[in-house]
Amino acid sequence: MTIGNEWAIAVDGLNKHFGDKHVVNNLSLRVRPGEIFGFLGPNGSGKTTSIRLMCGLLTPDSGSGSCLGYDIVREAEQIKRNVGYMTQKFSYWDDLTIRENLDFVARMYEMPDRSAVVARALDELGLASRAGQLAGSLSGGWKQRLALAACMLHQPRLLLLDEPTAGVDPTARRDFWAELHRLAAKGISVLVSTHYMDEAERCHKLAYIAYGSLLAQGTAGEIVAAAGLATVCVRGSGLGSVAEQLERHPAVSQTVVFGDTLHVSGRDLPALQHAVGVELAGRGLGIEVIPTGLEDVFIHLMKQARDNFAGADA
Amino acid sequence: MSGWSWTRWWGIVLKEFRQLRRDRVSFAMVIGVPIIQMVLFGYAINSDPRHLPTAVIVHEPSEFTRSFVAAMQHSSYFDVLPALDSEALATAALDRGEVMFVLTVPPGFTRSLLRGERPDLLVEADATDPTATGMALSVLPELARQVALRELDGPWLKLRPADPPFGVIVHRRYNPEGITQYNIIPGLMGVVMSMTLVMMTGLAMTRERERGTMENLLATPVQPLEVITGKIVPYVLIGLVQATVILLGARGLFDVPFSGNLLAVYLAALLFIAASLAVGITLSSLARNQLQAVQLTIFYFLPNILLSGFMFPFRGMPEWAQRIGSILPLTHFNRLMRGILLKGNGWAEQWPHIWPQLLFTALVMLVAVLAYRKTLD
Ligand SMILES: Nc1ncnc2c1ncn2[C@@H]1O[C@H](COP(=O)(O)OP(=O)(O)OP(=O)(O)O)[C@@H](O)[C@H]1O
Ligand SMILES: [Mg+2]
Repeated sequence: MTIGNEWAIAVDGLNKHFGDKHVVNNLSLRVRPGEIFGFLGPNGSGKTTSIRLMCGLLTPDSGSGSCLGYDIVREAEQIKRNVGYMTQKFSYWDDLTIRENLDFVARMYEMPDRSAVVARALDELGLASRAGQLAGSLSGGWKQRLALAACMLHQPRLLLLDEPTAGVDPTARRDFWAELHRLAAKGISVLVSTHYMDEAERCHKLAYIAYGSLLAQGTAGEIVAAAGLATVCVRGSGLGSVAEQLERHPAVSQTVVFGDTLHVSGRDLPALQHAVGVELAGRGLGIEVIPTGLEDVFIHLMKQARDNFAGADA
Repeated sequence: MSGWSWTRWWGIVLKEFRQLRRDRVSFAMVIGVPIIQMVLFGYAINSDPRHLPTAVIVHEPSEFTRSFVAAMQHSSYFDVLPALDSEALATAALDRGEVMFVLTVPPGFTRSLLRGERPDLLVEADATDPTATGMALSVLPELARQVALRELDGPWLKLRPADPPFGVIVHRRYNPEGITQYNIIPGLMGVVMSMTLVMMTGLAMTRERERGTMENLLATPVQPLEVITGKIVPYVLIGLVQATVILLGARGLFDVPFSGNLLAVYLAALLFIAASLAVGITLSSLARNQLQAVQLTIFYFLPNILLSGFMFPFRGMPEWAQRIGSILPLTHFNRLMRGILLKGNGWAEQWPHIWPQLLFTALVMLVAVLAYRKTLD
């Protein structure tokens, strides 16, 4: 199959309903081999469900797709062998030790030279000295790291990681992302869902979904450009009331407070500059035009989607 | 569809063993339940209970009747309550369950005894609990013989025959059928095993689902049959341990005879264990959470207890209940055990109680494999 060589993940028009709730709506995605693909979206937008569809844990109501060239419905067995899936919620066995968990995973994938594989994984994790500890007694961040090590144990060619760094400290996160880039350089593809902007910026490509629908796809730059937003940064104090005031102006589509700065975005830069200048005249606030950030765009997308779907639901 | 893998299967078995070992409560239940049951039953079903309250109505007191009542008291089986000396009082007490026996010495008993007419003593027994009254009743004729030997000496020596000089007529009231204690022990074995094994395996799969670990299991290449059979293995061993505990108890506490061979007993136990585990795994594939699994277990357990002949005599049940009963593995296991332990039956006589269990296991197992969901839907 040619598609297998070209794409690590290729899904088209996936749909999934739970009851009468349309959780995944016509999802189409393409992930290249060796690509780190960021999957973003607000809570309940359908990220986890989409990932489960891709690794054959859920059957789509309609649509088709393949992972590593294997059909997601008919060849789920092959996908399971070659894909490493890390669940959002820790789903290893609390009442097994760290070593026993890894050993179990190694057996499930029928790995040769099991004890060496497990020992190496423990070493890399830095958990060799605590291998006999029950997994349930690990801290949240360490559980996350154990889960990550376990899902990579069988050297999958595609990683599906559902919020792998939730609750992980900054140093460990940086190490983790360095590792992801090392893997990607070796040709391993990664689809990773996250809520962190700094992580989104480290991805080769991004997709943003809300209410089950894909709203934007591409590199960070492409997504920012496609949003067509201009942003002005206001610096000073009392920004809360300023934000409220600006929000009402037609040229302003959104305001976001970041500590002592306020990002004011709108579609039309001159109109935006004019609006901010008029509204805030004489307040002694610093005003400068800045490049629109990914976060501004995502907040914009989410707001738009909410407006659209609120209308559709009514 | 990939094939069977022993590595994966053994991985599941090991995991199950390790988790079981750390699950103190379940582990205690698995080993503790048969022991507790045995000990409880050991006292509750005392096959030789003594000091049973008894009313004695003597229409014409004599030297002999006084001696007989004293002998009853002395035997320690009967505690004669002297206040209940009228028929009306005694019958009412029997109805209320305050006495277990009413012994009536009819008018003219001593006279006709001395004439060698072999008169009868009438005993009314509360046979609602036949195991309680059985032993006491069986010592009565022997008591009669001994008292006769002692009292009827001197001029009456010629009356001292080999058989007792008078008869004892027993009316078993309320429950003319009577179950023997031997019925209960093999039955207890089946009851303990189906209770703990069905419940433990019933929880095995739902636990994975409830804790979210099922998602992980499903994401690996492991096959349904590997998971199902792998999860069963530890419980097969547990079932055998339980069987052993009960067999030892049956011997030690109840003196249940072993006429058959021990290998046959264990083969029968294995057969029954397989049936119980298949049920447990099926229930756990159907249940959504652990609570439901427990509810389903009880739902399965009740008809087994009630209709298998463990609690009530099988032949006494209506036709439809017997039909349901003869589907249940416990019914056949009970008969198999009684056949092997008490009658020393061979395979030919046992076959009618073997194939229904095999068929049952196969069908239930099929349901389990079909009900195993390979996705999270
Ligand atoms: N098994 C299920 N049955 C019914 N509804 C479900 C099920 N799984 C998910 N949903 C619903 O589908 C929607 C999408 O859920 P999903 O877990 O995919 O979101 P998500 O994007 O991963 O959210 P989060 O960022 O919070 O992890 C939610 O509204 C959720 O309630
Ligand atoms: Mg999620």
